[in-house]
Amino acid sequence: MIVDINFIGLIIASIMASAVPLILASCGELITERSGVLNLGVEGMMIIGAISGFALMTVTGSLIIAVFGAMLAGVLISTIFAFLTQTLITNHVATGLALTIFGIGISAMIGKNFVGIPGKEFPVLFEGLKDTMPLISPILFGHSIVFYFAFALPFITSYFLKKTKIGLIVRAVGDSPESASNQGINVRLVRYACILYGGAMCGLAGAYLSMIYTPQWIENMTGGRGWIALALVVFSTWNPIKILIGAMIFGGLTIIQFHMQAIGVRIPVQFLTALPYIVTIIVLVVISRDSRKIRLSTPSSLGKSFHKDN
Amino acid sequence: MHKFFIRSFVSSLVLLFTFTVAATAKDVKAAFVYIGPTGDHGWTYQHDVGRKAVEAAGFKTTYVEGVPESADAERVLRQLANSGHDVIFTTSFGYMNPTNKVAKEFPNVKFEHATGYKREHPNVSTYAARFYEGRTILGTIAGTMTKSNVIGYVASFPIPEVIRGINSFTLAAQKVNPNIKTKIVWAFTWYDPGKEAEAAKALIDQGADVIAQHTDSTAIVQIAEKAGVYAFGQASDMDKFAPKAVLTSVENNWGPYYVDRVKAVANGTWSQKDTWHGIGDGMVVISDLDSQMPADLRSKVKKLQADLASGKVHSFTGPIYDQKGNLMVAEGKTADDGMLAGMMTYVKGVEGDIPK
Repeated sequence: MIVDINFIGLIIASIMASAVPLILASCGELITERSGVLNLGVEGMMIIGAISGFALMTVTGSLIIAVFGAMLAGVLISTIFAFLTQTLITNHVATGLALTIFGIGISAMIGKNFVGIPGKEFPVLFEGLKDTMPLISPILFGHSIVFYFAFALPFITSYFLKKTKIGLIVRAVGDSPESASNQGINVRLVRYACILYGGAMCGLAGAYLSMIYTPQWIENMTGGRGWIALALVVFSTWNPIKILIGAMIFGGLTIIQFHMQAIGVRIPVQFLTALPYIVTIIVLVVISRDSRKIRLSTPSSLGKSFHKDN
Repeated sequence: MHKFFIRSFVSSLVLLFTFTVAATAKDVKAAFVYIGPTGDHGWTYQHDVGRKAVEAAGFKTTYVEGVPESADAERVLRQLANSGHDVIFTTSFGYMNPTNKVAKEFPNVKFEHATGYKREHPNVSTYAARFYEGRTILGTIAGTMTKSNVIGYVASFPIPEVIRGINSFTLAAQKVNPNIKTKIVWAFTWYDPGKEAEAAKALIDQGADVIAQHTDSTAIVQIAEKAGVYAFGQASDMDKFAPKAVLTSVENNWGPYYVDRVKAVANGTWSQKDTWHGIGDGMVVISDLDSQMPADLRSKVKKLQADLASGKVHSFTGPIYDQKGNLMVAEGKTADDGMLAGMMTYVKGVEGDIPK
């Protein structure tokens, strides 16, 4: 079989497009977890972002309002989580699960009026350059702004955590809230901020699904991607660059297994369907097997409530 | 799990509500049990459109969404039967055993089970639609409109309903264009827009210029629209989601049947039946044909539609061979309903194996 070089470019571009929501949600959750908070509400925040973005786009007709509104909706719903876990010191795991249940339920309720409405075309950048170079141009050009942002985000996140003072504060709060508090850092404030940031990114991830990737609203349309994003954070050992790798592998295998089916490769389909989950975990576990590094990058106080500074 | 919990919680609230308001009503009351959310814009959505038709006909209705096909279904059914409903429609294949079991306990309540075959008690009827007739029309259009001779097909789960659709589609497409190849991709989901979109993209990247689907979301027709290939709507008219791509849609139209059956209960004329309606009875509806199709194709399709409706043409008319070349239906014969109901082999011309 002659493999067309543009065909490979197209496949890589679709893999990247499918990785976008995972990268956004994971990088947001990573910051939250680095501050020591385990928010299992990713799926719920994503679905709230998805319905908010779609609803605002339909009602106002403005894509900008819709995108920022979805992020704001993510912030608002994560505020509930922040208030419960940081102010009322509830259990992170239970509160996060409740947030997901709440998000799915309320999005379905709001969404009743938005079923069966087609979405709007989302503008893409550099469309004109799409045919300039074989292989490379379909990968680089003709995507939405959210797409480019998502691929910059892991690097920005990495830089933020490693090189900036605020990043250091976030890590300090996550590793040892007591010491951070003794240094005069307002642990609760930092954690609030990190939770809200995580909410904004999950909201954006949801909006990407309902406005750009498959422009429509359907109940439960995030389809468990929030849980995969959560798993990516853990298996990447809280490293943004590895999140990028993991998201690409996951998206890649999902798409490649469809290609294998279409070509007629005689491998049981059920195995192909399970492949993305299995391989992503194996690869991430293998590239993160250095136990010293895992200990260094795991936020030591992850999921533990802190209630000292009042 | 989380979804299950919220559904159960909501279901119990709904049940509690119906229990408190129902018992005294004398009019006929119908209940509907759904597998998915009414907001799926697919299978459950269309059943709910049917339920609304029953409401419009002047009957009271109740529905419970997202009922798992497990012991939960039994509990929901029992409570619906207990709370004064005269007829209960169970709209998913997996409710087959719970429906029959609960029907035995409530001989005065009528049960209508969609897509099943068990009628163990006189108060259980079954009904289904001959969607494969619609797929014969789609296949005819796809075979004519394709230029690459590669047709993509996004399938959901390997059950007779889906296999029958693939076969009927392929047979019709081959009839008008012997050179076509049907590439099948199994998404293993009924609706997950992201996954369906990825499956469709893979098929388009591999040269398919017409995409058919047996999953429920509108993601596939949208992808087709972007890529400039043709597609068909599933369950409801999806034209507005992809005006250029969608050539026509096969719509599920349960309303008339539901109204009929509820009326029969009201008149006391209800009796056990096994209904399998197609285009002829209006349970399967073909949406408007897109003007991009050449006029002669459109008139051909119209005629085919009329012939399928009248029974002059059958989707499975022999000779039909399976993939290995064994004769399935002899020349001049048509496949009987028993064969159709249990169809688990591909016909000749379909590529690949059925996932086991």
